[in-house]
Amino acid sequence: MLTQISPVETPLHRWPAGLKLGLMALASTALFLLQGWAFLAAVSGVAAFYLSQGLTFTRSGLRLLRPLWPFLLVLAVWHLWLWQPEQGATLALRMLAAVSVANLVTLTTRLDAILAVIEWVLAPLRHLGMDPRMPALAMALVIRFVPVLLDKASLLMQAWHARSTRRVSARIILPLALAALDDADHVAEALRARGGL
Amino acid sequence: MERNLTHIALFAALIAALGFLPKIDLVSGVPITAQSLGVMLCGTVLGAKRGALAVLLFLTVALAVPVLAGFRTTLMALNSPTAGYIIGFPLAAFTAGLVVERLRIAIFPAAFIGAVLGGIGVMHVCGIIGMSVMLGKSLPEAALLALPFLAGDLLKAGLAAAVTQSMARLRPASVLSRA
Repeated sequence: MLTQISPVETPLHRWPAGLKLGLMALASTALFLLQGWAFLAAVSGVAAFYLSQGLTFTRSGLRLLRPLWPFLLVLAVWHLWLWQPEQGATLALRMLAAVSVANLVTLTTRLDAILAVIEWVLAPLRHLGMDPRMPALAMALVIRFVPVLLDKASLLMQAWHARSTRRVSARIILPLALAALDDADHVAEALRARGGL
Repeated sequence: MERNLTHIALFAALIAALGFLPKIDLVSGVPITAQSLGVMLCGTVLGAKRGALAVLLFLTVALAVPVLAGFRTTLMALNSPTAGYIIGFPLAAFTAGLVVERLRIAIFPAAFIGAVLGGIGVMHVCGIIGMSVMLGKSLPEAALLALPFLAGDLLKAGLAAAVTQSMARLRPASVLSRA
């Protein structure tokens, strides 16, 4: 589960990542500023794009909207209670459309393309005396060590289950954080042994 | 130099890992998602600057990889009602770290105060402003939505303080906020 890129090839897959990120920012702002018919047209446009790429693509787009349901519930209860259904619907549509627009970038952009954009954005840090390779190395370390730490967490949980019938408690957070600290020290030594930064 | 970099990177990875853990019980029966706990720990263990950098690094990686709780990317989160909390993440870690660095009292109370001020105070101020903008509600109305999470957050701050204290005892040289 490293990225959520869609296997359904869309025209957006071929666009440069930087352009997509820029357009996404513009589209999100527009969704906030537009009113009335223009707003509805923009929302329909987002939905129409998803549908034009086929049902499989639309379904993966909808799946990514799932975390929003508590907010939809809040809006529904709130605006039905005050009986402002129109306002509630506008807020809900805006939220769904804005997140869908952001998801378009996630669904159509490869990890390395986004990393390249981040490196390009961070390049001016060189003038502040920071090695431009540092953020890239740091990001690579994070991506590598998330699964390492998750493996350690899973071992800790297995050890817990071997000894107790109760559910795993927050006590495993200390050994997990210690593992992160110790790994950090080991990796620092390894980097220094290879000539340092 | 190398140690700074690897500590920042490993704690960014820790925030992500905590977000993926299957729900664990805080006190029996109250499951938590531990991502905000990771943010508190970044501040209380690494200190203000390194803690904030670790959180920023985590959010940068999350632009490309869905490591935010609920398999979200930073892009999705910034366009959703939780945007304020995402912006609050690095500020919360910075505040928590600053308190631990400056407050010359025992590590446990210092870390607890830091986690409460940063991880609850700063985090919810940013989060509530975000929800009020994204959901079109007034600030008090948005604050009402954040209210149910306060009890769990207090428990997380206590946990962050306890973990920080134990780490200071077990790896005194590695708790950079006090090193």
